[in-house]
Amino acid sequence: MNVALGIDLGSTTTKAVMLDEDERVLGRGITNSRSNYDLAAQIARDEAFVGARFELLRRELNDDAFCKRLEARFRRRQHLSQLARLRETAMRETESERVARIATPLRERLERIFDDMETDAHRRLVAPKGSDFFRDLANSAFSAAATRYADRDVTFEDLMSVFDKAIIQVENTRLDLTFESNIRAALADCGGDDAQARAVDRVVATELNVIGTIGTGYGRQRLPFPKDSIRSEILCHGLGAHHMFPRTATVLDIGGQDTKAIQVDKNGIVTSFQMNDRCAAGCGRYLGYIADEMSMGVHELGPMAMQSTRRVKITSTCTVFAGAELRDRLTMGQRREDILAGLHRAIILRAMALLARSGGIDEEFTFTGGVANNEAAVSALRELVRENYGERTINISPSSIYTGALGAALFALRDARNRRAAA
Amino acid sequence: MSESAHKEPSQLRQKQMIADHFARLARAKQDGKKVVYTFVPGNLTELFHAFGVLPVYPEINALQSGMRQKSGAYIAEAEKLGHSEDVCTYVKCDIGMLKSGNIGPTGEPLPEPDLLVLSYTGCFTFMKWFELLKEEYDCPVVMLHVPYQGDGRITDSMRRYVVDQLRTELIPALESITGTRYDEARLQEALALSARAEDDLVAVLESAKHRPSPIDAYFGGVYYIGPIFTAFRGTQAAVDYYRDLRAEVEDRIAKGLGPVTPDGVLTEEKYRLVVEGPPNWTSFREFWKMFYDEGAVVVASTYTKVGGVYDNGFRHDPERPLETLADYCHGCYTNLNLPTRVEMLARYVRDYDADGLLINSVKSCNSFSAGQLLILREVEKRTGKAATFIETDLVDPRYFSAANVKNRIESYLQMVDQKRRAA
Repeated sequence: MNVALGIDLGSTTTKAVMLDEDERVLGRGITNSRSNYDLAAQIARDEAFVGARFELLRRELNDDAFCKRLEARFRRRQHLSQLARLRETAMRETESERVARIATPLRERLERIFDDMETDAHRRLVAPKGSDFFRDLANSAFSAAATRYADRDVTFEDLMSVFDKAIIQVENTRLDLTFESNIRAALADCGGDDAQARAVDRVVATELNVIGTIGTGYGRQRLPFPKDSIRSEILCHGLGAHHMFPRTATVLDIGGQDTKAIQVDKNGIVTSFQMNDRCAAGCGRYLGYIADEMSMGVHELGPMAMQSTRRVKITSTCTVFAGAELRDRLTMGQRREDILAGLHRAIILRAMALLARSGGIDEEFTFTGGVANNEAAVSALRELVRENYGERTINISPSSIYTGALGAALFALRDARNRRAAA
Repeated sequence: MSESAHKEPSQLRQKQMIADHFARLARAKQDGKKVVYTFVPGNLTELFHAFGVLPVYPEINALQSGMRQKSGAYIAEAEKLGHSEDVCTYVKCDIGMLKSGNIGPTGEPLPEPDLLVLSYTGCFTFMKWFELLKEEYDCPVVMLHVPYQGDGRITDSMRRYVVDQLRTELIPALESITGTRYDEARLQEALALSARAEDDLVAVLESAKHRPSPIDAYFGGVYYIGPIFTAFRGTQAAVDYYRDLRAEVEDRIAKGLGPVTPDGVLTEEKYRLVVEGPPNWTSFREFWKMFYDEGAVVVASTYTKVGGVYDNGFRHDPERPLETLADYCHGCYTNLNLPTRVEMLARYVRDYDADGLLINSVKSCNSFSAGQLLILREVEKRTGKAATFIETDLVDPRYFSAANVKNRIESYLQMVDQKRRAA
């Protein structure tokens, strides 16, 4: 079947969306952008293919519960392959001259850590969590186990240093995590019957013929695509948001590096936009920095801010100043919850200024980008929209992080159609 | 600019003219010439020629320092002296240059002024700038107050007010430093030469109405205005330069050629833009490339009117020597009110058959940047064409974020493209 792909190479995460010819989403993929954009794009693309094949299987079988179980098994297989590679790489690291002094006890502890990580894999994958990325999952599991096994001979730092070296190597190799290579084992894991096996075979045999790919996002210039296959993320976010919510007139996208306020017409075509200048103040990266300052995960910030009872007024959205202000406030004994609530409001205030400059907020208003997943940011946005523009329908899709990639995939599909029409 | 850049013959000639002027300045004291420091908008160059006085334009020095990658160090020097980050970067660049030995852009020393002539047309920072220079030099200052065109027109009393200041303050000051009597016939001669060059300049700028445009009226335009906005207005050298430039441009029209860019002649004109705001000087070539790489040609700009608006029919008139100087000062683009600027930009979009308006807003310039968003909305409304907003700075290299600017320009052009296809 014919499919189109959109790839959004963001500063923090890289996303891919695959559409069928009816503009329906077949699959999505996401990974952290690391500093290797090419690889990140390939991995996100691979993941979108996996997602697409699962979608095809759902269409074949019409059995959601089974598909869910099968996918969980499949994800576990993927995770274990990555873990095996991580173990292998870590073990190789122990041969380095640098750790020769403690090589034997180090190897022994690493074996125990990885054994634990393998045993825990299932629990880790089903636990509610902030991140799906192997790096984050492995990091928290490894450091938890390392705390248990560290002692005077082999310190926690010794262990983490091996992990840090190994994870970079694993992250920068492309493993075979495809549907085709792993699905049969996953099917065996959950004891699939013959009919299910035949359906899997049909899905594996289905050719996904990519008729168009468009790249977008912060790193789009780095994609090995011809110039006419690159589209600005502003246009992609506009079109993606329109596809998700067809009555969208105004779009706010807060990504890792940029904040964009976009106005679109009834066809999803951008009519005006404003974005932050060279400074990434008040973007997703700002939250990442605050999380680091507070030794928390970025996904923990929103829930904590929601516990606030008395919001602190934060005056700066400058990442560096806010860090200083944060420490100031903490020293003065103010609660972390209240400070965080203030920080979230500060981000949204900055976004409100961009929205005003782009032409205000019209009905309907769609909020996209990674920060749209943060409940405290959303709550601050609702409050400020009401204060400034009155009641507005605010759309937030659970897959809002894919908006740019979705728009890119739509452009890819439309370009392919136009090419066909012209031929 | 690197030596490998393609240059038009007129550009090479102009480079020589400017080098000669700086050489004359370097020799001024030994040649017994008097020197006046003054500003471009509202400059009274013909009057200085009538007295045989050499003019120095600090903001031209600053932009030249920017293009020669020297402004960063000068600005740092000024900031060390306590000028804050928000101060106009032209001012800081000039002060820094002064404090670093006052070596001009061509590497030759600049003479100290015998007189500071402050005609602060449209820019109030000029006044503070000369206040700083006054501290440095032991010389008289004449302040020429030119009323703002608040109502969008020049009244008789405004004209009389400026003429009176010329008669009672500036002319006596020039007589006093030179020891020469004011000779109106010499002024008239210079004014007649101005008018001839102005005719040819207008023909050059209006050549952009052709398709394809033979010139870029912004990036190329800043070269075209060079001589007439500075020391050469009212000279035979300027008359010759503009006559030849016009012939060069007419030749390109006859051959159907596009503008000359640093990478050669632009072969395909895909977008025609009107630009408001000065260019960024520190990354001038990189900035320009972002346009011509996309096939975008600037067909009209307001920046090329800051030292005189001539396409509205104004010419220096030797029959009314002082009155015409007063009219000139009043009429510079920076002295026009917002409705007049909006009207001018909307007219450019229509007359030059442009795809839209791009505003380059300057971070450190309040006088010029205030109201630009309002201008943008209004021009958009009146022309129905898309407009966009980018932010850079004049000569502070820290303020040019290439990725961000490129992103906005590309997004804008793709938006224009999409609009066209939808139409």
